[in-house]
Amino acid sequence: MYTEWNGFREGKWTSTVNVRDFIQKNYTMYDGDESFLVGPTEATNKLWDQVLELSKQEREAGGVLDMDTHVVSTITSHGAGYLDKGLETIVGFQTEKPFKRSLQPFGGIRMAQNACHENGYEVDPEIVDIFTKYRKTHNQGVFDVYTPEMKLARKSAIITGLPDAYGRGRIIGDYRRVALYGIDFLIEDKKNQLATSLVRMTSDNMRLREELAEQLRALEELKELGNIYGFDISKPAKDAKEAIQWLYFGYLAAVKEQNGAAMSLGRTSTFVDIYITRDLNNGVITEEQAQEYIDHFIMKLRLVKFARTPEYNALFSGDPTWVTETIGGVGVDGRHMVTKSSYRYLHTLQNLGPAPEPNLTVLWSTRLPQNFKRYCAKMSIQSSAIQYENDDLMRVTHGDDYAIACCVSSMRIGKEMQFFGARANLAKCLLYAVNGGIDEKLKIQVGPRYRAIEGDYLDYDDVMQKFDDMMEWLAGLYVNTLNVIHYMHDKYAYEKIQMALHDREVKRYFATGIAGLSVVADSLSAIKYAKVKVIRDEDGIITDYEVEGDFPKYGNNDDRVDQIAVNLVHTFMDKIRKHHTYRDGFPTMSILTITSNVVYGKKTGNTPDGRRMGEPLAPGANPMHKRDTHGAVASLASVAKLPFKDAQDGISNTFSIIPGALGKDDQVFMGELDLDRLMDEK
Amino acid sequence: MKGYIHSTESFGTVDGPGIRYVVFMQGCPMRCKYCHNPDTWDLKTGKEVEVDDILKEYESYRNFLKDGGITATGGEPMMQMDFLIELFEKAKEKEIHTCLDTSGIVFNENNPRIIEKIDRLLSVTDLIMLDIKHIDPVLHEDLTGQTNDQILAFSRYLDKKKVPVWIRHVVVPTITDDEEYLDKLGYFIGDLTNVKALDVLPYHDMGKAKYQELGIDYPLADLKSIGKSEAIKARNTILKGMKRRLLEKKSQQNG
Repeated sequence: MYTEWNGFREGKWTSTVNVRDFIQKNYTMYDGDESFLVGPTEATNKLWDQVLELSKQEREAGGVLDMDTHVVSTITSHGAGYLDKGLETIVGFQTEKPFKRSLQPFGGIRMAQNACHENGYEVDPEIVDIFTKYRKTHNQGVFDVYTPEMKLARKSAIITGLPDAYGRGRIIGDYRRVALYGIDFLIEDKKNQLATSLVRMTSDNMRLREELAEQLRALEELKELGNIYGFDISKPAKDAKEAIQWLYFGYLAAVKEQNGAAMSLGRTSTFVDIYITRDLNNGVITEEQAQEYIDHFIMKLRLVKFARTPEYNALFSGDPTWVTETIGGVGVDGRHMVTKSSYRYLHTLQNLGPAPEPNLTVLWSTRLPQNFKRYCAKMSIQSSAIQYENDDLMRVTHGDDYAIACCVSSMRIGKEMQFFGARANLAKCLLYAVNGGIDEKLKIQVGPRYRAIEGDYLDYDDVMQKFDDMMEWLAGLYVNTLNVIHYMHDKYAYEKIQMALHDREVKRYFATGIAGLSVVADSLSAIKYAKVKVIRDEDGIITDYEVEGDFPKYGNNDDRVDQIAVNLVHTFMDKIRKHHTYRDGFPTMSILTITSNVVYGKKTGNTPDGRRMGEPLAPGANPMHKRDTHGAVASLASVAKLPFKDAQDGISNTFSIIPGALGKDDQVFMGELDLDRLMDEK
Repeated sequence: MKGYIHSTESFGTVDGPGIRYVVFMQGCPMRCKYCHNPDTWDLKTGKEVEVDDILKEYESYRNFLKDGGITATGGEPMMQMDFLIELFEKAKEKEIHTCLDTSGIVFNENNPRIIEKIDRLLSVTDLIMLDIKHIDPVLHEDLTGQTNDQILAFSRYLDKKKVPVWIRHVVVPTITDDEEYLDKLGYFIGDLTNVKALDVLPYHDMGKAKYQELGIDYPLADLKSIGKSEAIKARNTILKGMKRRLLEKKSQQNG
């Protein structure tokens, strides 16, 4: 037993890496309200003012304040960086100073060059030379292997957003392990994993051995990163401040190594709370200090920055890092997992003001304590910055130590990871079915040359049959394209520190996605329940549709069309399931284009539901804009029919509502009219 | 049985407690100048819907509506009394909270047939939102085309029957924002013992577009919407009137 663990309840976690066991044996549920919370300290205010000033400068400079063009980012590539060393309780930046974006060419040198160039910087020619001539990148590997068909599908954007030139992200290292065990313990564990790995040298076994060796090196580097900032993290953290710092070093190493599409944090608040509670009980720290640590930690997470291109930012509507932190939820034993630190994390939205990052995500359950629900609602009203996800739904599959990567991708921390797979555009696929594989915008053959629609009106059964064939083709091509990407990503841009903070036996989700669900559902409904006339251009390609009559639209709790959507999800997922996936990834699917639906819409021609060419697709699983006319619950009920088992990587529904539509204003409305009190009042 | 429905709203948050399934019913004998649902005036238009279909749809939303219930509004829902009774009776069988948004205009104390039906309806109604448009009978008739005696009588009847009531009142500038009448309204409400809430709504002109669509003149064409502050002011005047009545009653009791 380490002395750093004094005061903790022992368990399986003391001899083997098992953070969940540690949490379950040691956390303190909190049912009270938010009245214990404290405001920011003077140091916090000073630091945050400094951040605001730098942010202002960054905006004025056009979005980027400084970029590294010379030093390739690794875990140990840069010296220590600070805002104000004397004031920061939690330290560490991606480069030697805040707001300086690091250079990450392993995903692709051209992407790194473009990101610099578009922001007025140029990558050191020597670096370009090295990553062109001597060190192959993920991007180059992918394009060496892509078939002409894959390249064409990518160009026409029937498959789109592919992580073939940038980091795939969506992997969550169990950064808590760094704090709980210290690096030496983890190294011993990894060494043991390597020593007990298969020695029959098949390519699979060799790959695993090589990866474990890479992970071991990454752990040594992580220890060195601690040294750079003056900390010895070889041993477990001894108090709350160290626990947060150790944990953050783990995360920092990950973002120094990977410019991933989503670099999520995990589920740390209840873990950290155990340390804070111990320190508070021992009288070592005050509530002010506890909140200050968290404020400073969150501040660091808000300052994670990557070098990205304007196209990337257009796709994601901004420059998101998806530092998702998962809060709350309920344990499999029925105890809720809300602690005082769940409050402290959310309280940063007040102490530092609202911000989109870190993406604070509450795992909602009907069984969360009432006070916490109320507080979440209050903070949501104040900040509009909290994301909610359904714990009651996901706990069944993932237990009680899972977290969200990106916006909705759930995975057990340190035990499961995901191969992120962007999405296939089903709206375009339907148009391909109609036109026999000819792209309606590029006017070239992209899909297989199947027979196109004949005649002037679309027949439901005929279209469905053709659509089914086209989806069959798309699913196969899509999965194979992803196989290429993830093989090359593992080979040339392996996430060694993140995977070092995983078990050896990892379940890999093979995450596919679809876009355009509501457009297709409505289109098929129009074909089935109204009459859809086709309009051909001079080359005989169907480019427009005339809808005669009305038809049921997805988003109104109308089974006639909702079942079309349900069947689509189920059918496409089953087609995905038919294919071999890299590393036997477990195939899943998401319906969650939260921002990229705009770009996908631009690349999709007129659709039989009446949507015009270029118009955005609805985000995620949303009904099309203005077509849900039966109120919010009807709209939600339609979305809720989509089967989670066929869309296990997440279903998103973007929902906005004006405050007035959520209920009565209490200034005008006098509920629970108290007549006795009325008489007593002056 | 079948009823005439204008539309339904699955996320009603302003027509009774909680999130509610709101049924807008056809038919209304009143012609309030500020009515924002003129498309519900005619009785036999809209969609013909079975009670069972409404409740079936309600069931599909049950999880969302568990702290709410069903609200019948319109139009004047009591115009389709038999349909309404069946709807609420079947809703109560399924333990659904029922709320009736009414003007009370259908009430007639001297007609035993109507009273019998109303009693049946009240036995399955959890809450009534009673809209008192104007306290003065003459001005009420001018505003709505009907006098208010039956409405006020209905409110007293509800009091006698101990049915929980929310009083609603729309503040219409130059028509119902008069201090004296607001105070009188409050004074009247102060006598009722079953009032659970007071909902004072500021007039808005969002109904205008519907009049254009229907090709009828909007009677308040020149009137502008008012803000929250006017509604709060009106509410306070009504409360003052209520208080006056309550204190009077108290001193009578003590005397």
